[in-house]
Amino acid sequence: MKIMSNISLPDAEVLFSRLVAEIQANHDKPSALIGIHTGGAWLAERLYQILSETCSLEPLGLLSASFYRDDFDKVGLHARNKPTEISFSVDGAHILLIDDVLQTGRTIRAAINELFDYGRPASISLAALVDRGGRELPICAKFIGTELHLPKEKNLIFDRDEQGQFYLRLEDNKGVPSSSTEDLTE
Amino acid sequence: MISKNPQLGKNRELQHLLTTEGLPTSILLQILDTAQTFVGVTEREVKKVPLLRGKSIFNLFFEHSTRTRTTFEIAAKRLSADVFNLNIAVSAQSKGETLLDTVDNLVAMDADMFIVRHSQSGAAHLIAKHVRPGIHVINAGDGRHAHPTQALLDVFTIRHYKKEFHNLRIAIIGDILHSRVARSQIHALTTLGVPEVRVIAPKTLLPSKVERLGVRVFHDMKSGLKDVDVLMMLRLQKERMQGAYLPSSEEYFKYYGLTPEKLSMAKQDAIVMHPGPMNRGVEIDSAVADGSRAVILPQVTFGIAVRMAVMSILAGQPV
Repeated sequence: MKIMSNISLPDAEVLFSRLVAEIQANHDKPSALIGIHTGGAWLAERLYQILSETCSLEPLGLLSASFYRDDFDKVGLHARNKPTEISFSVDGAHILLIDDVLQTGRTIRAAINELFDYGRPASISLAALVDRGGRELPICAKFIGTELHLPKEKNLIFDRDEQGQFYLRLEDNKGVPSSSTEDLTE
Repeated sequence: MISKNPQLGKNRELQHLLTTEGLPTSILLQILDTAQTFVGVTEREVKKVPLLRGKSIFNLFFEHSTRTRTTFEIAAKRLSADVFNLNIAVSAQSKGETLLDTVDNLVAMDADMFIVRHSQSGAAHLIAKHVRPGIHVINAGDGRHAHPTQALLDVFTIRHYKKEFHNLRIAIIGDILHSRVARSQIHALTTLGVPEVRVIAPKTLLPSKVERLGVRVFHDMKSGLKDVDVLMMLRLQKERMQGAYLPSSEEYFKYYGLTPEKLSMAKQDAIVMHPGPMNRGVEIDSAVADGSRAVILPQVTFGIAVRMAVMSILAGQPV
């Protein structure tokens, strides 16, 4: 089945605005934001600036989840692994986890496990800029910027340029950039 | 001819940690950066991560040590590994065959990693060469040769307090001759780009041609400590004082013991380190050891994060 031809990836800045609007429109406000390294942390930093103007939030948390991953035996530790920094008590907190691209759900599983080693949150929900499907665990985002259906062998990379502007790009599994206008068929 | 570094695998990744000598800067930095991520783990409610769940780590101590063994044990437990402590005090005549037989038996019990301390230089190398791929060895001190995790926690401590290595003047003070710690420190510091590493010791406690390691040699504290940023004290082992090395511990303290007065010759913000256990009144005065410039207890705390980093990097390597 042809799922997308001549795809041009959506503007990540537009998706981010959509995500912010969705979170702001929701009745239940989080008490803390935690971004997952590295892309989720960038999103969380900006989201924190916007949301903290209207509601009171704990200091921004950043989480790596590397020590909880299920592929450690296969891939080991990343050389440029960033530390988890959570400076508030998660006990009783309503936590909004933020990640860039949601796919298998394994990173989120690892992140939730790590959070429980800090305490017992009242609730955890998830915001992702892109949900590209392909879930391998029963995990679902409460807020998403968009859904994208992409072939499995393509990696969707969330990045930011020198001015701090968000953008999306595609790579094949070996890290080679793909032209975003090629015919992507499954 | 390039000699093969037995610590590194096919792609120059770390497979065993045997010495800091010849370790590439990139691997030293990888260990320090990974250790930084583990510091936070030891500060939270549950001081444990599931990274090495199901792995069996054997502490193989052929020479007595409480602190090093304990910190390795804590590090392994915080990574959720199963730790087994074997204290095998052996006589000096014990030969390699016995050592490797012990190792083979533990491998038959599905050991994944060995932490080895031995009075003979090269013991950890011997085990590393002997075991099959996928089993990792960490040298926790072999003879006078190397004690790489001590040196790594020392450089981690230096980076924590001084941020950079390229602008530092560092002095290692004491019994350089018998010290595996000093050797490992010198290799780590020079690889990380410390421009001036000094050794300060009486002639009897310096190896011959020590300058070849890239250090400046001083025999008196006054000139040696001038403009120094970091003082790394070494433990003076009591048995050295009975031989021809030194007249007495009192005399050693008079010339080389670190007192507040001698410390004042270094930079105002210089830090004082010691690998422990300390001989107060021999190589260090209590006023310095308990003073505001000493970072001796933080060294111990950082040692756990550094050992967690080394174990998890090794355990995560593809076979």
